[in-house]
Amino acid sequence: MANAGEEIGTAAFGGAASEAARTAGSSQAARPARRQRIRIFEDISRRAFAVTAVVSFAVLLLVWSILSYGKMVNPVFLPTPGAVVKTFADLLGTQAYWHHIGISVFRVTSGFVLACLVAIPLGLVAGTFRIGEAFLEPPMEFIRYMPAVAFIPLIMVWAGIGEWAKILLIFIGCFFQLVLMVAADTRQVSKELVQASFTLGATRWQAIQTVIIPAVQPRLLNTMRLMLGWAWTYLVVAELVAVNSGLGYAIMKAQRFLNTDQIFVGIIVIGLLGLISDRIFAFLNKRMYPWV
Amino acid sequence: MSGIAASARDGDRTETARAGAGEIAIRGVTKNYGAGKKEFRALEDIRLTIAANEFVTILGPSGCGKSTLLRIVAGLEDASEGEVAVDGATVVGPGADRGMVFQGYTLFPWLTVRENIEYGPKLRGVPILERRAVSDRYLRVTRLEAFANHLPKQLSGGMKQRVAIARALANGPKVLLMDEPFGALDAQTKLEMQEALLDVWEKEKTTVLFITHDIDEAIFLSQRIVVMGAGPGRIVREYEVSLPGERSPEVREHPAFLRLKRELTGLLKHKEEA
Repeated sequence: MANAGEEIGTAAFGGAASEAARTAGSSQAARPARRQRIRIFEDISRRAFAVTAVVSFAVLLLVWSILSYGKMVNPVFLPTPGAVVKTFADLLGTQAYWHHIGISVFRVTSGFVLACLVAIPLGLVAGTFRIGEAFLEPPMEFIRYMPAVAFIPLIMVWAGIGEWAKILLIFIGCFFQLVLMVAADTRQVSKELVQASFTLGATRWQAIQTVIIPAVQPRLLNTMRLMLGWAWTYLVVAELVAVNSGLGYAIMKAQRFLNTDQIFVGIIVIGLLGLISDRIFAFLNKRMYPWV
Repeated sequence: MSGIAASARDGDRTETARAGAGEIAIRGVTKNYGAGKKEFRALEDIRLTIAANEFVTILGPSGCGKSTLLRIVAGLEDASEGEVAVDGATVVGPGADRGMVFQGYTLFPWLTVRENIEYGPKLRGVPILERRAVSDRYLRVTRLEAFANHLPKQLSGGMKQRVAIARALANGPKVLLMDEPFGALDAQTKLEMQEALLDVWEKEKTTVLFITHDIDEAIFLSQRIVVMGAGPGRIVREYEVSLPGERSPEVREHPAFLRLKRELTGLLKHKEEA
């Protein structure tokens, strides 16, 4: 740990800084001027960043290990990291667990894609035209404060307890937020760019096609990335009720038998899936929009 | 529009574009913002005619409404009273006959330099080979050949503004409206851009209406300077700029240049005090 801390210092400020540090050590009375190590908003090297991130995980793991291996908490409530790793390997070795993962990914993707298909065009209209905003946004603002979870009983009446019920919950959870966020993204498109296209002879439709739609895309992809995180949250909620498959169900079942290690695994798997999808979006954004 | 498209086909579009075209008539334009007690008059009864192929600069302090006036000519804002006509046709909205260069570059960041220049012709459906010829020509005119495939973010401020000028010209506009286009550039780049602009104007001979608050820039560039004052925005005075020979950097030392500069400085200073 101490070593890692030293690493950060050296990596961030290079040889000159460590030399200054040595000088500072040798003649304390002189107190030569030294750059501060942690400065507001200033960049640090990639390496220093990575090391710090690793240290942060290590701290988390350390606290967890002390609490569990040190028997400070009942293992029923907090399994040891070793036990979780073992359960993780065991569960991923079974076909049943992969089935849970598969069905959960399917539900999230379906709900999310449906929400995007409907919400993005509406958001573009609301963001582009004031009249669209007036028509669409006030009701959306109202509905989005209704918790999606509270729709579950209604959804069960409408869609039963089949696949559509889960997909619909994810859809409702994402849709209203998405419309508003896409509208906000659209409004951030530079008005001057649109005006420039008009002075170059663009019609209203051409300005939408050739300026607003290309300009909004990077922000749009970022919004979708955020929204996908929400979709996973709603998935778990959807799978806590009346289901017999999916990661949320696996977590619920584990809870019934106090298998906390399995709950941990379920949560970690969802976290990893979220991380993977997030990285895919980040990668796409970099790849598709090099002009940003 | 059709005239421009047709002449693009025989490869010498600008010849036709400049032929007697590009007269701007600003007829009693008044602009009010807000309503009732909060009503604010930005422009009052502006009357100004700019001949075809003329280079006119509107000079004035910030807040005198000169940008508003330009935006009204561009059709991006409506006049509260009065009207603007280009070659006799009343302006009712923005159009390709009035190219505009904004202070903030406003290049399409997802398009390359060449694609930015071809934007207008592409909208009009000019076939790709002719479009290529047009962009080649304006890349050459603005000396950007080496940067054809660069993205705007890879360019310096001066180069971005060259692209913006090339993009406006590639559309074969009758008039070029420039809203403090060099205001964000450093001093050295600004001088270079002014010379580049004159060079382009000499070749293209479109009408130019140029907005600035920089006295040197106004004298160096224009044939005529229209001085505006604030509160409400109105035309204070007009000056013909008659400088000998070609406009080279040395002209800035010429007595006529310095005399006019002194006069304009005094006028603007006086206006600010009043």
